[in-house]
Amino acid sequence: MTDRMLMTGNEAVALGAYHAGVVFASAYPGTPSTEILEEFARLEGVYAEWAPNEKVALEAAVGACLGGVRSLVAMKHVGLNVAADPWFTLPYIGVSGGILIVDADDPGMHSSQNEQDNRYYAKAAKVPMLEPSDSQEAYDLTREAYRLSELFDTPVMLRMTTRVCHSRSIVGPREPERVEPVPYVKDEVKRVMIPGHARLRHPVMVERLGLLEEESNEFPYQRAERLPGDAVVITSGIAYQYVREAFPGVSVLKLTMTNPLPRRLIREFCGGFKDIYVVEELEPYLEEAVAAMGFFPVGKEKVPRVGELNVDLVRSAFRELAGAEGARDEPPAEREDLPELPARPPILCAGCPHRGIMYTLARLKAIISGDIGCYTLSVLPPLSAHDCQVCMGASITMAHGLEKALELTGAAAGEDGAAKNRVVAVIGDSTFFHSGVTGLMEMAYNDGRFTVVILDNRTTAMTGFQHHPGTGFTLQERETGTVDIEMLARSLGIESVRVVDPYNLEECRRVLTEEMNRDAPSVVISRRPCVLRIRGEWGTPYTVSPEECTDCGVCLGLGCPALVEREGNVVILPDACTGCGICAQVCPAEAIVK
Amino acid sequence: MKGNAGTGEDGPWGTRSVMLTGVGGHGTILAANLLARVLMGHGYDVKTSEVHGMAQRGGSVISMVRFGESVASPLIPRGEAEAVLATELLEALRTLDYLRAGGRMIVSGARVDPLTVLQGASVYPQGAAELLLRLSPDNVVVDAPGIAAEAGDARAANTVLLGILSVTLPVGCEEWVATMEEVVPPRALEANRNAFLAGREIASG
Repeated sequence: MTDRMLMTGNEAVALGAYHAGVVFASAYPGTPSTEILEEFARLEGVYAEWAPNEKVALEAAVGACLGGVRSLVAMKHVGLNVAADPWFTLPYIGVSGGILIVDADDPGMHSSQNEQDNRYYAKAAKVPMLEPSDSQEAYDLTREAYRLSELFDTPVMLRMTTRVCHSRSIVGPREPERVEPVPYVKDEVKRVMIPGHARLRHPVMVERLGLLEEESNEFPYQRAERLPGDAVVITSGIAYQYVREAFPGVSVLKLTMTNPLPRRLIREFCGGFKDIYVVEELEPYLEEAVAAMGFFPVGKEKVPRVGELNVDLVRSAFRELAGAEGARDEPPAEREDLPELPARPPILCAGCPHRGIMYTLARLKAIISGDIGCYTLSVLPPLSAHDCQVCMGASITMAHGLEKALELTGAAAGEDGAAKNRVVAVIGDSTFFHSGVTGLMEMAYNDGRFTVVILDNRTTAMTGFQHHPGTGFTLQERETGTVDIEMLARSLGIESVRVVDPYNLEECRRVLTEEMNRDAPSVVISRRPCVLRIRGEWGTPYTVSPEECTDCGVCLGLGCPALVEREGNVVILPDACTGCGICAQVCPAEAIVK
Repeated sequence: MKGNAGTGEDGPWGTRSVMLTGVGGHGTILAANLLARVLMGHGYDVKTSEVHGMAQRGGSVISMVRFGESVASPLIPRGEAEAVLATELLEALRTLDYLRAGGRMIVSGARVDPLTVLQGASVYPQGAAELLLRLSPDNVVVDAPGIAAEAGDARAANTVLLGILSVTLPVGCEEWVATMEEVVPPRALEANRNAFLAGREIASG
């Protein structure tokens, strides 16, 4: 085990868990955490699965832990919202085999709908939390987490951020541990949380927190780097790396176990300094704790509370600390005016099956309650085909409330036709399995009369094509049963369930019009595999016949990257076109041909 | 927006930085990984950074590679990259803020229009290649996909750029080829090796 490897933080967690003897892992994909399970699943002798959602994943891992093995769960920050129910009670029952919950926050929202700081979840649930600042620490702390978990009878959180998950650095792995499974014993007072039992367990958690704080004071990965000078910077996670680079001459207290915080260590180390600074991403989690200890730290009044940090931001927050060695003066000098550079936002791919259905819904002036997935990109012009979106699964439930409100307020008989008839929920297949099913039950049970469009592209596309309960395969590529969405919807009492081909715009228009006008709940499944998954099956590219083209621009309203305006003429890029043909269907001059 | 001329210094502990940029699907992340592996093999501490996720849907892709005795931040501070490798002209212009004084742009002259340009809502910057060449005599703009195609596979365009970069790094040609054998899939190895050598020849020629 002497080979040093260049690994992402996610790969390092997977390897660390493997070397800690973990044999069970469960997760739902979510950037930036997805690769942890993908990497782990490839290792020999382990069981790894995609669960339908994060709550399910955590609960399955709790079961495995009670069964005596070490288990791993990984999720993005908002995934922990879904898993919050077991998250808060698992610490009451404790563990048998060790359990680690990897939480991946996304400061800067590279691929998320918010940038919540999940360190507060650890504090709120009295769960010990470790924060790595590079891949070596991700590896080491993953292994350390299982020691803590079993020693203190508690779940442990490893709190990562996008930059730790997705940056690569060198890892020197150590000898793998040999772990014996813990024999199963029945212990209902500890594991069945009726109020009488929970009342016995909560004081145990409080006592445990005290013991954990002692551990935190002595934890070898807390790093106190003393240098000459009156100033000290308290930091954690990736921010430590920025501090180290921005202020190479300044003392640093790098906290690695950040719940419970090592208050004795902080007091002893920081007591000798005149100026205390705190550099942390997102919320003033450390800063408030240090202030509560009677210190007067400077932090969020200078360091941005939103977005991701970097060396430049840290340096300009506390220029007085930069010193000669790390000093960079003002931001680099200006050299020459550049033209305005057009942005390059992510877009729906050429041939994306979501395009036809979203285009049709926008043309029908639907009020579109959207969800989390590639299709959310249709909110951007020219499609502009989303009205609202909050979180996984909320498309259906929000549509339900929206439709009821429009009915209650009488907007149902609005001037542009029945407004309530225009409410449509749009949700992808993987998101539907994640948390759309209960919403569908809400609609069926409570007499919702809107239409749910399920965009069934047979994969979890946004996060990189993971299997889900509708694909017929598991994470480890074992064949398995397939959820039948039509039968599922019918079993809930929804009578009208129809399937359309999103490459057939006329069919989409006709079926959606009928279903939106139906005074009953309805489901329309738009079914086509993700075009990136079937590269070998792309059709013949279309071309624009210059004689027929009137340059009306209707086709450009599809927002397809294969359709290009060049010197006043529309052309189709043959390498990009997948032959889906929806542009040919919208062209009024019939100028788009094979 | 303004271009800049950084301070001409490396980071602390002599950390050096190379940035790679392009558009989703250009193999930017693979190229960064190859560069990082070569540097690690040579004995440097190495860190790289990239963002996954939305980048797969045709967005801008940036990879950062930092190396030296001991690297702290995986992100390159502005004005500290000694070289930027870009597989697309607009993306090259976008990274100018990261280039340090005396740094080099090594750019493939390819143009990929963003959707707003495709639809006529915004304008692709005219004369991007000329502008890059005017900024510094060390900047290079080449037809990387064309050169790569001659070497066996147009998709090895990034490897041409790595070949051009390689002459300014203290790593021998054999080390590059040996690492390619570890990192590049066997079927793409020949084309990548040839693309790398073609780039190296451009740089030395």
